[in-house]
Amino acid sequence: MKKKANIAWYLLFVLPLVLIFTTVVIIPFIIGIGYSFFEWDGMRLNEKIFIGFDNFAKLLTDANFLTSAGKTILFTLFAIVAINILGLAFALIVTSKLKVRNVARTMLFMPYLIGGLILGYVWKFIFSDVFSSLGESTGITGVFFNWLLNSKFALVALIIVATWQMAGYIMIIYITGIQGIPEEVTEAAKVDGAGFWQTLLKIKFPLIMPSFTICLFLTVSNCFKIYDVNLALTAGGPARSTEMFAMNIYNEIFSLSNYGYGQAKAIVFFIVVAIITLIQVSITKKKEVVM
Amino acid sequence: MKKTGKWVGEILFLAVCALYLFPIFIVFVNSFKNRAELYESMVALPKKFDFKYYIQAMTKMNFLKALSNSLIVTIISILIIVVLASMTAWMLVRVDNKISKVIFMVFVATMLIPFQTLMMPLMQVMGWARDTLHIPMLNTLGGLIYMNVGFGAGMAVFLYHGFVKSIPIALEEAATIDGCTKFGVFWRIVFPMLKPVTATVIILDVIWIWNDYLLPSMVISDKALRTIPLSTASFFGQFTIQWNMAMAGLMLTIIPVIIFYLCAQKYIIKGVAAGAVK
Repeated sequence: MKKKANIAWYLLFVLPLVLIFTTVVIIPFIIGIGYSFFEWDGMRLNEKIFIGFDNFAKLLTDANFLTSAGKTILFTLFAIVAINILGLAFALIVTSKLKVRNVARTMLFMPYLIGGLILGYVWKFIFSDVFSSLGESTGITGVFFNWLLNSKFALVALIIVATWQMAGYIMIIYITGIQGIPEEVTEAAKVDGAGFWQTLLKIKFPLIMPSFTICLFLTVSNCFKIYDVNLALTAGGPARSTEMFAMNIYNEIFSLSNYGYGQAKAIVFFIVVAIITLIQVSITKKKEVVM
Repeated sequence: MKKTGKWVGEILFLAVCALYLFPIFIVFVNSFKNRAELYESMVALPKKFDFKYYIQAMTKMNFLKALSNSLIVTIISILIIVVLASMTAWMLVRVDNKISKVIFMVFVATMLIPFQTLMMPLMQVMGWARDTLHIPMLNTLGGLIYMNVGFGAGMAVFLYHGFVKSIPIALEEAATIDGCTKFGVFWRIVFPMLKPVTATVIILDVIWIWNDYLLPSMVISDKALRTIPLSTASFFGQFTIQWNMAMAGLMLTIIPVIIFYLCAQKYIIKGVAAGAVK
């Protein structure tokens, strides 16, 4: 009797969320894997043709896809370096004894709260109109021209905006790490005659290793999955040269109506994200210093 | 000498921070300028503060409607996430058997799945639910809320799960002996103790749901149901050339975020830090 009541309570508490979660995440994930083995144009009345692994084989020779994947990796590499250096530098300054540190922290974190889409539009105005107008008035047309019309500079613009958006966020996590360093340790280093750089490299960095794990993990997965900023800033242009992985999938499915092939890309996207994340976590976990 | 150096450092860093927010400043100053003034200089202060473009942008974007839609979706989604995820996580910790472990593992593992992997099949499932089961999942705020709950579940359960494990079970046992039902135990004793996690979940989900674009863009097609990111996107699709009005529109969307930030800054920074350290 009591056991039955307990099962009823269990179901009452757990079932509603599990049900919603299953219909929104689990079922679409499973049938998504199924779709990737079919050729289909998305029209319900049209036939889905089973083609096995053909969609995945096609990926390897699809120049458009390979360029997009390469650009995404390039973007992610530059962005994670820029975001982490800037975020860590901000965190080190903000945790110093400066009087303006609280105001500074508030200001630096703000971009993260404004959505990627809105930020993309803000910067679109700057890189296109403000830059070309500055070029005209100052004559420095080597720097100030419409960046978004040049495929190389458009990618740089994307890196800058992503960095601007995420550096403040990453800063917050580094701050937590730095504040966790016991003061006796840094004091002891000072007494022993360690300089600024020595303290930083030999004491602080090893002790904030867990923060590095988290920050790298977050920046890699966030940059790799970038979509909103990409859409608002460049919309993949000029001529699909800044079309990142996520946007490439979206366009393949919903613009070109290659539902099966697009879904195969989406599955590969998932596998790559999962592998990066798991490797990242296992590698950096090993390097952590145990206090 | 050392003192002046210190002051220079303070001012220098403050200047860096101000420069960091320069893009927002550009949007701000240009939202008041007329066309001629805008193209004369895009970095100068406006000659006068003319709110004309704000009023125009507000009508064009149907801003108040979008604001209320965004508020409805964000608040109700989060309310449901908090209630259901906390209940689920508590049960999963307290009933420590294989089924609970498997359910928890699935919640956590699926956090790895990017939205792009789910979007197309999700739309198929929801389209099927609409056509076959006659549940209006598409083009309704209710459907969007339902999907938000599904996507927010993993993270929320994960955060609550970690916290519940650290709460001693003794209090709950005492309450059970006193004749409290599971429901009573959870809502009267456990839930109030979960406050710090609830704050974290709320903050993280506000940032995500308020700014979310891709999912709503697929679910909502009706103009009257647009959330703020949707109405901004369609606004930019139409009026890319009229930059002053566009800037006023951007300011309108940024202002609620700034207000929220200034009101709850302490919680936001704490919540974001706690949410990341998972």
